Amino acid sequence: MPPVNQPLDAPPLAFLAEKAHRMRRHMLAMARRLGQGYIGQGLGIADALAALYFYELRYDPADPRWAGRDRFVLSTGHYSIALWATFAEAGIIPVDELASYGADDSRLEMSTLDTTPGVEMIGGSLGHGLGQAVGMALGLRLDGSPARVFCELSDGELQEGSTWEAAMSASHFGLDGLVALIDCNGIQADGTIVLKMEPVADKFRAFGWDTVEIDGNAMDQVVAALRGARPRNGKPKAIVLRTIPGKGVKTLETRERAHFVRVDPDEWDKLAAELETAHG
Amino acid sequence: MAERGRTLAMGEQEAVAGTAIEAPFGRALAALGRTRPEVVGVTADLGKYTDIHPFRDAFPDRYFNVGMAEQNLIAVGAGLAKTGKIAYCTTYGVFATRRAYDFIAIACAHSRAAVKIVAGLPGLTTGYGGTHQAIEDLALAAMIPGLTVIDPCDATEIMQATAAIADVDGPVYMRLQRAQVPVVLDAQRYRFAVGKAALLRDGADVAIVATGIMTPRAIEAAGALAAAGVSAAVLHMPTIKPFDRDAVASLAARTRAVVTAENHVMRGGLASLVAEALFDAGVARRLERIGIPDQFVECGSVPHLQKKYGLTTDAIVAAAKRSLGA
Ligand SMILES: Cc1ncc(C[n+]2csc(CCOP(=O)(O)OP(=O)(O)O)c2C)c(N)n1
Repeated sequence: MPPVNQPLDAPPLAFLAEKAHRMRRHMLAMARRLGQGYIGQGLGIADALAALYFYELRYDPADPRWAGRDRFVLSTGHYSIALWATFAEAGIIPVDELASYGADDSRLEMSTLDTTPGVEMIGGSLGHGLGQAVGMALGLRLDGSPARVFCELSDGELQEGSTWEAAMSASHFGLDGLVALIDCNGIQADGTIVLKMEPVADKFRAFGWDTVEIDGNAMDQVVAALRGARPRNGKPKAIVLRTIPGKGVKTLETRERAHFVRVDPDEWDKLAAELETAHG
Repeated sequence: MAERGRTLAMGEQEAVAGTAIEAPFGRALAALGRTRPEVVGVTADLGKYTDIHPFRDAFPDRYFNVGMAEQNLIAVGAGLAKTGKIAYCTTYGVFATRRAYDFIAIACAHSRAAVKIVAGLPGLTTGYGGTHQAIEDLALAAMIPGLTVIDPCDATEIMQATAAIADVDGPVYMRLQRAQVPVVLDAQRYRFAVGKAALLRDGADVAIVATGIMTPRAIEAAGALAAAGVSAAVLHMPTIKPFDRDAVASLAARTRAVVTAENHVMRGGLASLVAEALFDAGVARRLERIGIPDQFVECGSVPHLQKKYGLTTDAIVAAAKRSLGA
């Protein structure tokens, strides 16, 4: 049986925070080796991924294709650094393999391919995730499966029309086993959000989704929102995550908001030290 | 003055001469659905107009109408496929290829998902003009790695292909003819196979290589040519990708000239594939091409447009004669 299975007892917040911390540590090491990598995004989404993979999702790390698994659809393929760090902590891939992130012929690409174990969707073309998640939720429901579908998407992806096509259909079909986690980190390719998307939560509500808006870097809020998304009440669930790019590393948190965060080669030691200090 | 034709309303149809079958795709899909519980139907507000209603009526819980949202149509189909379903997604060819191309490429083809895109209004089978006539869809579809592309010629083939593409490992783009669809091939004798050409008539002088609705016209043309003393073979190419290059090259090698006939622009479709196959096989033959010119086509009645742009039996006959220097 899968080790993580939507527990009913009190969430182990310290344990989840420790997982998120370890994932951040992996990410820094990966980005350092490469000299780049979407480290801002990865650090920002770490808490949500830790809550998903170590508290909410049902899956079997030894058998990532287990038919009864909950699906986690990472719509933003460029966030792969966070997914690989999560998979390593979850035991889906060996921790050692993280060293191959972004290397030629590695399974741990800069942008996700679904040939890597645990990856449900090819990312990279933004605006694909939510629609595919809708299809998965329809298919699982048709099979009478209790499995749910969790879909991460970004604030930039809210500018893709396909995201709203999918949002409409999810509520039309009453997909109450579908949970969208919208990473509102305030950045996109050209810098801070270039097209006004607010109010994000109200938009999802207007599209018929049960919606909450939380601090996506506060583990207690993330876990509470995931628990709140469990009821099968005929409506899809949206969790609007307000996250800070670079979260956990002071220098990166306060650096200019950029899609590619700038890190000088001699800065990595300092960043690693900041991460450890912040975690305490 | 002769009465002028007119653009028909969407869903209206010119009278069909000879035997026809109503909604062959939908019938075949409903039949398939009875033995294959994993088959589902998805459409984008064009269920009626893509003949999927027999499947909807038989399996309402396995039918999803996502509304007029073609990117989502393909994305949802891909998601369904990832839960083990075989998703038949229907819309018009123009909207599938032009609007949802990225989703077909990545969510279906790159992901090897069992999404079967069934595409209405191929080429000049509608008078609704350039927005509705899928004149370059075969080229667009065939350009995507791992996408199988089918252009069936009649009701018999549509019914057989509808079932056959379920067994293709990965996505398929198949052109549709809807409502009353002529029966040309004998359902008892003909066997559609993905990736295989069908030599419908042998001949020694000229090879007519045709696909889709041009194949029945090629058969008629071969008959007319025979009466004029020209021996014409008809090679039907229902599968555009993977393309049966050997069948084309070997037939061309034993005839003196080649004519291609397609309901599609002449670049990137059948004519280009035939030229490439001949070149690669080192078979140099004169090649005459029948197809839609490199332009958008106006509105009008279908027979008028087909005649104006040369998608006719007469045009094939003339091309065959030209190809032989007659
Ligand atoms: C369909 C599509 N258009 C454009 C791009 C190029 N692109 C990559 S990331 C990005 C910005 C995305 O912003 P967001 O998704 O919010 O991500 P973040 O900046 O937080 O990493 C763009 C425009 C793309 N990958 N896909």
